[in-house]
Amino acid sequence: MMQITCPHCGPRAQAEFVYERTVDSVMAIDASLDDAMKTLFTRSNPRGVDDEIWRHTFGCRAWMVITRHRVTNEISAVRAVGPEAIP
Amino acid sequence: MSRYSAFGLLRGAFNGQSHWQPAWRDPEPKQHYDIIIIGGGGHGLATAYYLAKVHGLKNIAVLEKGWIGGGNTGRNTTIVRSNYRLKPLHDLFEFGLKMWEHLSDELNYNVMFSPRGAMILGHSDADMTMLAQRGDAMRCDGIDAELMSRDQVAKFEPLLDMSRDARFPIEGAMIQRRGGTARHDAVAWGYARAADLLGVDIIQKCEVTGFVRAKDGKGDAVVGVETTRGQIGAGRTGICVAGNSGHVAGLAGLRLPIESQTLQAMVTEGVKPMLNSVIMSQSLHCYISQSDKGGIVFGGDPDNWPSYAQRGNPVMMEHAVAQGLALVPSLSRLRMVRTWSGVTDMSFDGSPIIGETPVANLYLNGGWCYGGFKATPASGFTYAHTLAAGKPHPLNAPFALDRFERGATIDETGSGPMPNSR
Repeated sequence: MMQITCPHCGPRAQAEFVYERTVDSVMAIDASLDDAMKTLFTRSNPRGVDDEIWRHTFGCRAWMVITRHRVTNEISAVRAVGPEAIP
Repeated sequence: MSRYSAFGLLRGAFNGQSHWQPAWRDPEPKQHYDIIIIGGGGHGLATAYYLAKVHGLKNIAVLEKGWIGGGNTGRNTTIVRSNYRLKPLHDLFEFGLKMWEHLSDELNYNVMFSPRGAMILGHSDADMTMLAQRGDAMRCDGIDAELMSRDQVAKFEPLLDMSRDARFPIEGAMIQRRGGTARHDAVAWGYARAADLLGVDIIQKCEVTGFVRAKDGKGDAVVGVETTRGQIGAGRTGICVAGNSGHVAGLAGLRLPIESQTLQAMVTEGVKPMLNSVIMSQSLHCYISQSDKGGIVFGGDPDNWPSYAQRGNPVMMEHAVAQGLALVPSLSRLRMVRTWSGVTDMSFDGSPIIGETPVANLYLNGGWCYGGFKATPASGFTYAHTLAAGKPHPLNAPFALDRFERGATIDETGSGPMPNSR
C-alpha cells in the first residue's frame, strides 16, 4: 500500500485518503463553455507524473495536492491547500 | 496452414505430433498499410480479423508493444454477459454475446465459451426492484433475463450463505442464463490465427512512439506511425489500447474523457466444481466464478485513483475477498494462488468510446472501464466497420467521443461525470 505523508498528520496509509481529481481539472468559475467542457470532461492522464487533489478523509479531512508518478507510485511532493490555493 | 480438427489430432498420433505449425507468422513491418491497428489485444486482433473477413481488406497490420493478449486480455475475469439496462449498452453487448455463441466455429479455435449463467444477487427490496427494472429493459429488447426467488437461488447455488443473519442477506437474484465465461488467451490466439490466415500482419514487440502527420496541406491528418521498429505509413490508424488510451492519444495531442486505474483479480487453488454460475451482486462490487481448471476467480473494485502500475493494492484485494467470503463462506478454506491487475480505461460515463477522433484518419476504441472482455467480438466487428467505412456502425454510433460535449452520455449507473465514482 502507498504511504502518504499528510502535511498535518504525518505518514499514513493510503487507505485513509480519497482521490478527488487532478489539479488541472478544477474549473474556473468564469470559464467559457468550451474551456469548462475541456476541464470537466477530459484529462491528460499521463503515464508519468501528475498533480492530484486528495483528501485525508479518514483522518484530519484536509485537502492536499500530491505530485505522484502513476507507474512507480513515487510521491515527490505533498502540499496542503486551502480554498485560496485552488484556482 | 491446416484447419484444426479431430482428424489432425489423429494424424499427429502417428507422426509424433510433428506436423504442428506456428499459429501465426512473425512478419517484418511493411512500408505502408491501408489500416494500422495499434494494440494486439483481443479487441485489436478481432478488428483486424473482421476488416479482412467482412470488408475484404488485405493490407492490414496490428502493432503490439509486447506480445499479443498480454495486456488486459490476459488480465480480466473472463466474464461474458449482456445484462445491461440502457439500450445502447445492451444492444452492443447482446450483439457480442450472439457472436460468442458461434465464435469457436467461426475462428476454428476453441475459445471455451461456457454459458453457465450470469447471476446478480439482490440483498434488499430495493435491489430486487432495480434487478426487475433491468431485467424488464433487457426482455423488452429480446434479451433473456429471469428474476429468481430466494428459494430458487438457494437451489441453484447451494453454497451461498442464505441465512437470515448473513452479512449480506440474499433476497433473490436476476439471472441471464446465456451469460458465462470464456478462455481469455484463446480469444486472442484464435483471432490472431484467423486474422493471420487472411493476410493480416501481426507485428509484436513494436511500440508506437508517435504519429506521422500530413504536411501537404491536408491539415494535420495522421498518415502513419513512428514505432520502435521504424516509421510505418497508414491510410487509417485505429487506437485500440484500452488501459493506455490516454497515453497513446496523448501522442496525437488529444485529451480524452478517460482516466486510467488499476483493477485487480485473483484466483484460488483448483477444486472440484462447486459454483454453477458467475455470481455478482447488485449492491456489492464483487464477482465470483469458477474457472474450467477449478480455481475460484474473484474480482472487485478498481483502486479509485489513477494508476498505470499493473499491480494491485492489498486494500482492494481484501475488500473483494471479504465480500466473496460473506456470500460463499466455504471459500474461506481455499488458498489464494495468484493475483494480477490490469490498467483499465475509466471513462466519464462508464461506457466505452468507439469512433472517430477530431484528428483525420485517426480512430479510437477505448474507455472500456472494467467490462471490455465480453465485448471483444462486438467491439472488433463495429470498430472494423468504423475503420473500413470511415464512419460508425449503428451499434457503435451512440459511443462517439463527442457524446460528452453533446450531453448524450450513456451513464448506466447514473453516477455522474466522474471516472472515480463508477
